[in-house]
Amino acid sequence: MQSSKKGIWATIYNQRQLIVLTFPFLIMVLIFNYFPLWGWLLAFKDYKPYLGFQNSEWVGFKNFADLFSDVYFFQALRNTLVISCLKLIFNFLSSITFAILLNEIKNMLFKRTVQTISYLPHFVSWVVAANIVYTVLSPDYGIINELLVKFHILKEPINFLGEPQYFWFIAPITEVWKEMGWNAIIYLAAMTNIDPQLYEAASIDGAGRLKRIWYITLPGILPTVKILLIMNVGWILNAGFEQMYLLQRPSTLDYSDILETYILRYGIGSGRWSYATAAGIFNSVVSLILVTTANRIASKIGEGERVF
Amino acid sequence: MQTSAKYRTTEDLVIDIVVYTVMIIVMIATLYPFWNILAISLNDALDSIRGGIYLWPRKFTLNNYRVILSNPDIYHATLISVLRAVIGSLTNVLSCLMVAYAISRKDYIFRRFISKVIVFTMYFSGGLIPTYLLMKNLHLVGTFWVYILPGMVSAFNIIVIRSYIDGLPQSLIESAKIDGASEYRILFQIIMPLCLPVLATVTLWVAVGQWNAWFDTFLYNSGKPELSTLQFELQKILQSVQSASTNPDFSASLTSSGRTVTPTAIRATMTVVATLPILFVYPFLQRYFIHGLTIGSIKE
Repeated sequence: MQSSKKGIWATIYNQRQLIVLTFPFLIMVLIFNYFPLWGWLLAFKDYKPYLGFQNSEWVGFKNFADLFSDVYFFQALRNTLVISCLKLIFNFLSSITFAILLNEIKNMLFKRTVQTISYLPHFVSWVVAANIVYTVLSPDYGIINELLVKFHILKEPINFLGEPQYFWFIAPITEVWKEMGWNAIIYLAAMTNIDPQLYEAASIDGAGRLKRIWYITLPGILPTVKILLIMNVGWILNAGFEQMYLLQRPSTLDYSDILETYILRYGIGSGRWSYATAAGIFNSVVSLILVTTANRIASKIGEGERVF
Repeated sequence: MQTSAKYRTTEDLVIDIVVYTVMIIVMIATLYPFWNILAISLNDALDSIRGGIYLWPRKFTLNNYRVILSNPDIYHATLISVLRAVIGSLTNVLSCLMVAYAISRKDYIFRRFISKVIVFTMYFSGGLIPTYLLMKNLHLVGTFWVYILPGMVSAFNIIVIRSYIDGLPQSLIESAKIDGASEYRILFQIIMPLCLPVLATVTLWVAVGQWNAWFDTFLYNSGKPELSTLQFELQKILQSVQSASTNPDFSASLTSSGRTVTPTAIRATMTVVATLPILFVYPFLQRYFIHGLTIGSIKE
């Protein structure tokens, strides 16, 4: 006992330089990432800023009861789930297809040009992207409306962003525009790990290009697809706050309000701190359960290659 | 080349046509919106309202830029954006490097504990309201440091740098230790120079993230115009145009220093101004961006 204890202190003393390198940052993480958890107590109080945390009254689960009886909360929850699921489907289909098609290009210069262009939008902010979406979809001068009217698909230009029923699709499609190329990188990396001999053998056996894509390329990236899919299911309650907030209008809130914008409106907007904290706890707890479950499944499926 | 000629079939041809067509459509769909915004920003503001500006400005003018750039707030916002990109990325990368180095050392006694504490932050957050109140209690609201401090230690960047260090020969560290070098010396004189590629990547990520951020300005510093960033100014323009479009009293144009501009023109011009820096660095640096992503995808 004595000697092992001495051993620990000796190790700590010997590694004091490593401790100096890490502990300041460990403390920062504890303050900025863990300390807000203490603020969760707010959800069980009726927090009034002028009273302060100490003097505000305890109300038990009242805020949660209010939350679960608010129809707009369930509307926000529904929108979050629908938009996330659509985004998941759109993102996966588009980036996998894009990666497969890109992989079929033999002209390296063309391939690299397409790739470079495709992930450019990933690097601009959602504010810039939202402005671009606004311009492209504008009923007055937007190219989409002009084209649809010119080809007689529409009689009158549509104010796409102002009409609630389009929002569920505008969100995933604009995200595809912004992230497809970037998301494809990981599949392309997986494809470079496929043994080229497989392709040669297959073509000697008479497999055409479609068959080679179907029987070699797709199975080759399947483990990556599985892991990413599972991990992304874990993030299903995060529909993408910045994008939603910037693209939504008061007129589309029925379909565009997600949990995070709901929390922002009630918390900071109308000063209902405790209520918004309760909504935030709901969001964090469900997300945490989803993410940890997803990570566990991913580690089982991926033959030990967990994402983290 | 020989094999591809040998197996050339109609199927090959059809697939090639499909692939190249799709790729050209993707390129146009990606680039056109940027190009269109640029064309609108270079067109006469009142003329733009008529619509029909696609590829080139109809009435070319630099007036929109003159109006935007004659506003002293823009220079200040640019300065803040640049400052937060530079300071934010340098502090983030330095702190992540220190932590990554320490937890890459297999013998470090707190290695597992620190890794767990940091990785766990990727999975949850305290939420908007508690975080806001924390910043308030720490007196960070209304300061520049609210842009830098909360995100200084980032789990993902630590993992990326760490897996790079893990790939370096461990004997380097051992022999330096035998020669009596301190941990600081090993880190800054031996490990850091070898890590330059991954550090460049992470620096760029953080810098782009800082340049693009607006929500923290909106949340913590919207009452402090002197801490406004370019993206936040752009966001304000976007939101004001949105509320204006539902407001019938909104006048279609406004006059600034004798020149007429419209919300459309201001929006397009500000978008270009806020995007240009990224467009400039992008072609030179994109291979670094990618490089890091492939390191990051390596399992821990």
